Amino acid sequence: MSCCSEEYTLKEKIVEKLQDFRGRDRSDSYLIPALQIVQEEYGYLSRQHLDEVARLLSVPYARVTGVASFYQFFNFQPAGEYEIIICTGTACHVRGAGAVFDRFLEELGVEPEEPTEDGKFSVTDARCVGACSKAPVVIIEEKVYSHVAPDDVPDILADFGYSP
Amino acid sequence: MTEQAKTLTSNPGTEKARVIVCAGTPCVSAGALDIYEEFEERLSAVDLPAEVVLEDEKVENEGLSLDLTGCPGFCEQGPLVRIDPVGILYTNVTVEDVETIIDKTLAQGEVIEDLCYEDVSGQRVLRENEISFYSSQKRLVLDNCGYIRPDSLGDYRRAGGLKALQKVLAEMTPEQVCDQILASNLRGRGGAGYPTGQKWKFTLSQQAEEKFIVANCDEGDPGAFMDRSLIEGDPYRVLEGMIIGAYAVGASQGFVYIRIEYPLAIKRLEKAVENLREQGFLGKNILDSGLDLDIDIRRGAGAFVCGEETALLHSIEGKRGMPRPRPPYPSQSGLWDRPTVINNVETLANVPDIINRGADWYSDIGTENSPGTKVFALAGDVVNTGLVEVPMGISLEEVVNEIGGGVPGGKKLKAVQTGGPAGGCIPADELDVKVDFESLAEKGSIMGSGGMIVMDEETCMVDLAKYFIEFSREESCGKCTPCREGNTRLLEILERITRGAGKEEDIDLLRRLSELEQKASLCGLGQAAPNPVVSTLDYFEEEYRRHIEEQECPAGACRYLVTYLIEADPCVGCGACARVCPVDCISGESQEPHEIDQNECIKCGQCYEVCNFEAVLRK
Repeated sequence: MSCCSEEYTLKEKIVEKLQDFRGRDRSDSYLIPALQIVQEEYGYLSRQHLDEVARLLSVPYARVTGVASFYQFFNFQPAGEYEIIICTGTACHVRGAGAVFDRFLEELGVEPEEPTEDGKFSVTDARCVGACSKAPVVIIEEKVYSHVAPDDVPDILADFGYSP
Repeated sequence: MTEQAKTLTSNPGTEKARVIVCAGTPCVSAGALDIYEEFEERLSAVDLPAEVVLEDEKVENEGLSLDLTGCPGFCEQGPLVRIDPVGILYTNVTVEDVETIIDKTLAQGEVIEDLCYEDVSGQRVLRENEISFYSSQKRLVLDNCGYIRPDSLGDYRRAGGLKALQKVLAEMTPEQVCDQILASNLRGRGGAGYPTGQKWKFTLSQQAEEKFIVANCDEGDPGAFMDRSLIEGDPYRVLEGMIIGAYAVGASQGFVYIRIEYPLAIKRLEKAVENLREQGFLGKNILDSGLDLDIDIRRGAGAFVCGEETALLHSIEGKRGMPRPRPPYPSQSGLWDRPTVINNVETLANVPDIINRGADWYSDIGTENSPGTKVFALAGDVVNTGLVEVPMGISLEEVVNEIGGGVPGGKKLKAVQTGGPAGGCIPADELDVKVDFESLAEKGSIMGSGGMIVMDEETCMVDLAKYFIEFSREESCGKCTPCREGNTRLLEILERITRGAGKEEDIDLLRRLSELEQKASLCGLGQAAPNPVVSTLDYFEEEYRRHIEEQECPAGACRYLVTYLIEADPCVGCGACARVCPVDCISGESQEPHEIDQNECIKCGQCYEVCNFEAVLRK
């Protein structure tokens, strides 16, 4: 019996990709790549997504949630439209990333990972992004800010249309 | 700079020149791509025999060409632009400089001194190989980085690439390959230093219908970016080492496990695998040798523990990345219970040279027990941060002061941290230690994968230990109790010490708990996690005691233990401090000395940062 994509809310190209994984040897080893593809498309993983990944790869739902919750890359609520990523690698830590992180939270009045009320911004930390020579580093929408000090925070936010 | 050096060619504008824009992550973050585009646009508009070449296309043999390369490692001075064949290096280049470079250097052969690197003595240095940052290094693994276009298999082959693979497949048996690697005494560059030849030989001796080879590029240590730069700059070298390894152990499928945080490295790796496949260096019956091998790239998903080999294998199998006890070792029973050899990418990148130039040549570099070179990511409080490759056995002093240029801002060096969360600190007075596996271990640190963080006198050692334990606690997978609970308790103790609530018995408690966790944990993460605590206690116990007994942080880093005061004399009453104070606890009349209300102060330090008169003191 052929499969019809109406069974799934995932976009057709993703369903096809996952079906391709399903047809390969040791198909369950593609669970993490499958979750990565879904998250990269939608920005997060909903219950519905996880359920559909489980069905498409024929892997138990419990294993899908177990794996998804183990890895930091996966998140289960949508991030802000602009996700502010503050590197907290050693070099950034030594050069004051903690104070920069706190300043972003303070300016936006949010907790880590929690989007602002209008859904525009969220703040998160990242393990070393490998730009240690530019520490502390902040990344927003692939734009990289180098040698950031707490007092630079309002200007950075203004670049993305934020006014207090 | 000599007069002669100022003119590059006798016939400016006619000799073939290549403009090479560094496209490593730090340079890209500093605007390298805009510079590349500007060059492209302007070169196409000027009347020079100019040829604009994109990274995927072939090098043009006439006129000017423009290339993107991988990271040459001098990240602090980025964006970097090199003009070949003369080897002029311009540092901190901006988009506005592009026009001048074209008008002066390319069209008239003039060197722009202002864009050349200025060394410590204020001298402008013209060529890359004359800068002390480079001249004290020995580049084997990074030899091609910054000199070839990373995407181009043609560039790699012109630089001597794939010769080792051809030699191995045409002339050598798998046993001979293993023996040569064993004779070179190449040791694993991921940190543990296990002899690669032994690992390969053991995997070769296993009887199985299927074997695997895995390249570990799950470079998780904060402050480490060696593997990323290597793959961004020279992906074929790693893959060539991997194909040779597959032949040596009898593997038919390879996996590169790489952090998802490295998009550029992943892109270049994918492209390299595709090109190798197209040209018949991957796939069925490679070069008619009977070797079948394909390589699959698997992206990590943000779990530090997956750098541990058994956890990594579980992750490739699509499971939670938790380690399991060894034995059996992966070389006996790895992916899907088949023999699997796992090597760090830097280890693999050493292989082609050892095959080409022989085991004796290799073991002559470095020290007897640690031959070869090691790549380090030099960062922290040091003038020249970036990627450095040095022969093993070089002194730490030479790396930090000669290559790194010492500590900036006239501050004193306090310690150098190696090995990341699994490593330790080498204090300033032990800086003559040799950089090799044994010597660093004797001083209570480890070689590790290559992170090297320089710290000045304003770094608090208790805070540093706390930072690493916090990291290990977050990354503990939770499977075994000593690591899961041990790190949590260690963090609790360190937190109370940095808050000034430490107890007399805490130092002893930290030591006992650390020892227990080191001995009883299941995998390398837990066994090594307390190392930063033990090593800072060994060298800086006095600093811990000051926190506990006098509620003082000598480095002035622990927020709760710091007091900010305004000294009346230098204070001019400008009010800058009062304006930034988030809790309005600074008062004073205009033009009169100000004062901080200690009961209200939240010790954020902003007044200290903004004062231009050094009137705010931190104690």
